[in-house]
Amino acid sequence: MSELKVTPMRPRTQSEGASAGAGVAEERDERDRIDPAELQDEHEQRHQEQLKHIEHVDNETLLKMLYQMVLIRRFEEKSAESYTLGKIGGFCHLYIGQEAVAVGTLSALRPDDYVLTSYRDHGHALVMGTSPDEVMAELYGKIGGCSKGKGGSMHLFDADKHFLGGHGIVGGQIPLATGVAYATKYRGTDQATLVFFGEAAVNQGAFHESLNMAQLWKLPCVYICENNQYGMGTSLKRAMSISDVSQKAVAYGMAAEFVDGMDVLAVRAATERALERARKEYLPSLLEIRTYRFMGHSMSDPGHYRTRAEIERYQERDPIKVFGDNLREKGLLDDAGLKEIEGRVRAEVEHAVKFADESPEPPPEELFTDIYANPIKK
Amino acid sequence: MATQVVMPKLSPTMEEGQLSRWLKKEGDKVSVGEGLAEIDTDKATMEAQALATGVLRKILVPEGETVPLGAIIAIIGEPDEDISGLVTEASKGAAQAEKKEPVEERQESQPAKSDAPSDYQPGQWMGDTASAEQPTKEAPQAQPQASAGGNGQRGDGRLIVSPIAARMAADAGINLHNLTGSGPGGRIVKRDIEAAMKAGSAAQPQTQSAAQPQEEQARPAPVQQPAVQPAGGAAPYREENVSTMRATIARRLVTSLGPIPHIFLTTEIEMDRTAEMRKQLNALDPENKVSINDFVIKVAAHALMRHPAVNASFQEKTIRYYERADVGVAVALENGLITPVVRAANTKSVGQISREVKELAERARNRKLAPEEYTGATFSVSNLGMFGISEFTALINPPEACILAVGAMTPTPVVRDGEVVVRQLMKVTLSCDHRIVDGATGAQFLQTLKKILENPLYLIA
Amino acid sequence: MREALNQAMREEMRRDEGVFLMGEEVAAYQGAYKVSKGLLEEFGDKRVVDSPITELGFAGLGVGAAMVGLRPIIEFMTFNFSILATDQIINSAAKMRYMSGGQFKIPIVFRGPNGSAFQVSSQHSQALESWYAHFPGLKVVMPSTPADAKGLLKSAIRDNDPVIFLEQERMYGNKGEVPDEEDFLVPLGVADVKREGTDCTVVARSMTVPLALKAAEELEKQGVSVEVIDPRTIRPLDIETIVNSVKKTNRVVIAEESHAFCGVGAELSAQIMEHAFDYLDAPVKRLSGADAPMPYAKNLERLALPDVERIVKAVREVSYLD
Repeated sequence: MSELKVTPMRPRTQSEGASAGAGVAEERDERDRIDPAELQDEHEQRHQEQLKHIEHVDNETLLKMLYQMVLIRRFEEKSAESYTLGKIGGFCHLYIGQEAVAVGTLSALRPDDYVLTSYRDHGHALVMGTSPDEVMAELYGKIGGCSKGKGGSMHLFDADKHFLGGHGIVGGQIPLATGVAYATKYRGTDQATLVFFGEAAVNQGAFHESLNMAQLWKLPCVYICENNQYGMGTSLKRAMSISDVSQKAVAYGMAAEFVDGMDVLAVRAATERALERARKEYLPSLLEIRTYRFMGHSMSDPGHYRTRAEIERYQERDPIKVFGDNLREKGLLDDAGLKEIEGRVRAEVEHAVKFADESPEPPPEELFTDIYANPIKK
Repeated sequence: MATQVVMPKLSPTMEEGQLSRWLKKEGDKVSVGEGLAEIDTDKATMEAQALATGVLRKILVPEGETVPLGAIIAIIGEPDEDISGLVTEASKGAAQAEKKEPVEERQESQPAKSDAPSDYQPGQWMGDTASAEQPTKEAPQAQPQASAGGNGQRGDGRLIVSPIAARMAADAGINLHNLTGSGPGGRIVKRDIEAAMKAGSAAQPQTQSAAQPQEEQARPAPVQQPAVQPAGGAAPYREENVSTMRATIARRLVTSLGPIPHIFLTTEIEMDRTAEMRKQLNALDPENKVSINDFVIKVAAHALMRHPAVNASFQEKTIRYYERADVGVAVALENGLITPVVRAANTKSVGQISREVKELAERARNRKLAPEEYTGATFSVSNLGMFGISEFTALINPPEACILAVGAMTPTPVVRDGEVVVRQLMKVTLSCDHRIVDGATGAQFLQTLKKILENPLYLIA
Repeated sequence: MREALNQAMREEMRRDEGVFLMGEEVAAYQGAYKVSKGLLEEFGDKRVVDSPITELGFAGLGVGAAMVGLRPIIEFMTFNFSILATDQIINSAAKMRYMSGGQFKIPIVFRGPNGSAFQVSSQHSQALESWYAHFPGLKVVMPSTPADAKGLLKSAIRDNDPVIFLEQERMYGNKGEVPDEEDFLVPLGVADVKREGTDCTVVARSMTVPLALKAAEELEKQGVSVEVIDPRTIRPLDIETIVNSVKKTNRVVIAEESHAFCGVGAELSAQIMEHAFDYLDAPVKRLSGADAPMPYAKNLERLALPDVERIVKAVREVSYLD
């Protein structure tokens, strides 16, 4: 039996007073009654906190993180556009609003760590280093895509970058990540595995079975719940008896943290702590990162279940805007710098669209390749 | 639900069938596809299969009796089901048929069958040989119920045969229609083919006897055999049911001379050169001897190509000219006759024709011809030379336009170049359907025929 | 049989450090059916791992470990419990390679007893081969002899694709010669003619193979020569060997303990029809488990499964002997 190592639940939000998380977890009409002055206070606290964090990260990393966040945002906007043009088919789950989570967590990784996520995977693939060209071509169903056009939006993979995929069944990637962590420990390395899932996956057996085994066998896996508060159209409150996701870890004696997902540096810091547990003690962690998707669940989601006011309130705390403003305040970014970033991103996204457009469709024989590694020929 | 079993249609020309043998008796369980009875059709003996599962409750037609297509021959139902209604219905149908005149009956049934697909030619309605020959109930009954033949399509004569058996039979040239399957529902299976291959000709008499319940009816003559003369008193006689084949011959022949205006053209042919050529050919290949008749078929086919009007068919509103000569060759059987067809005889050598005629005749005698092998000729040849007949006229086999009656080749003294010499003379008579073949047209055909038979080298000229 | 399976795992674990065994009661308890007896002692608890009763979880864990190069053997105490893990087997293991455009190999074996046991009723007596064989991306193996069990399991462990390895509880005690060589492998996808014959082909697998062989002996006395074919691998299926046999015998009986409906027998029938239609002398005859959940009562259980007598009868039927 492993020793219990329980990090106090929601350490920072509780110590730092009113929490956005607590607020949004309430019923919608309650939230709509939030005192604007109180909200202003909270925003100010967050603001100060991020400024403090900025001091602990080198400038190059900071600007790279901003760049990646902008890249995801513009890439997803382009994806939405391409989807409406019929260039992208099927399901297309956008990451807009949640950029701080992927960028914050993954910026803390080493290249030899492993990452798995759900079907909302464009952002993770981009941050893991899969080129926008390959991601966009995959969305377009072209041979130039990272999965040769056979996986699509939900199934981006990049084995070389240790990105082990976007997975389509809610919670399905959680046992897989547990197995990857099992393998790294089996081999005696100090690699960590990060697995992302939405809060709805927490209700799946796969989540609980995995957390149990991970803590039981001390597996170096970081379970990251991107709590965007809606499983498709069903709010957390309507689907979960105890809606504090991080509290689920208590049942398994696992360390857990609650993190503000609109603050990229808070996310990064929490991930660093979890990674340290993983590398040094082979211990798993559960991070609940409270975030918000600005778009529908997928491109086909009309979004009637949320109010305009709710979305707008979160847009005020748009993680890119907040991070950019704070960098300016610290004198690390100016108009020219931002313009330069936007320019580079635009070029990269345009290039990706062009690449995807021009990439050929998979040839018919691709239908029957990659089914078996050792096909038995007759 | 009880089901009526009707006389099925088992060949393209069949209008009635003789129930030669019941394979099940009343009270037997039957299932779909199982053989119920052997039916003697106009050309072959085939099996009628059950189209329903249950118990054979009632047999309505005794063995040996002939009924038209669609006539109810039995009833299949549940063991305890009340079928009296169906039995009454069936017997009422039969009784009605007995009473009514064929003409009335036809009128009555006409509207119902107006759109029924029909293989029947109009001529076939013109008379019924059976009624002429046999003063029993079968005759009048035949007609009304034959009209119901339009909905008697259910008995489609479909063979049940396993794939491997079908393939083996095709390879071995075995006609599946002549086999009785030993598998479930009479399915012809591999071992049936193996048995047939092994038995070869030994298997044939069996088939034949089944097909031929009246073996005394051995004569081809279409007239009922007269009773044997007793010493005194009323002449004793013996009465036999008309076999289906006999009935078909009878019915078809009255559709010939009656509705078709025949003209007959006779000519005499000097056959010496042909006879000589035949002798030479047979010396070359004594294994496969050809007959004079084979030459006649060959030359007739050749001549037909030059005289398309003779190789034709009157179709009421159109005249159909055939583009090849499919020559029917009349073959006498023990109890009838059949006309297997040499297809495209115009393209075949005398030897080929000879082999084909022998093979077809052999199978015709064993009643193993498939329907497509004895239907659809464009012209026929009938040769009674071997019976010493010097000259005769044949009846056209509709819808063909002509038939050639060939007599015996006879050494005859003739005058040639002022001298009396002996020549082999053969008389042939062409019967022509005057609606499309005029005297001169027929005569021109005969001229060509005569010219070539007298100088068979023309065949290769 | 259980010893043969044990040897196969032992040899492969010695041969490759990446092979590990995980499942319920595989280690300390020595395996619910003693198939993993002695492995914990030899390889330690890192490589022979008792899992919690959490089939979905450890099946998925195995797939994840396979994605990064280990060769897990995941034991289901019985395949009845694999039903809980089908999401990971079908959605993850079977499709990972394809969805990623060939970036991953999934060298994993899911093994355990499949099909009926003795009087354990409906939830513990199910033959699931057709479920798994349905999906491209999986391989499905069903050995019927100890030697095949060993050779096939070794091949399965060395294979780079997910293999569903279906054993049979009723057969664990079966005896047979088993080669000792380290490299004794039975290739996947190759059927075996267990007995040659000329009159009728019986395609049997797993527990129906010994039944078919007994039936063949019985039928020989009756003058019927039966060929018994064991496909051994359901997917990929060696249809060629079966078709060649059918071309020779013209008749087929398929004996299986699974349900007939949408079963492997149905697939075999279809393929035989597609490839050997012209050679059939009788419709393909399936002799399958009853179309009912498995009953507990001994007499009913016996009725629900194919037996020697029924195989004999089926062969006679397609040979038109009754």
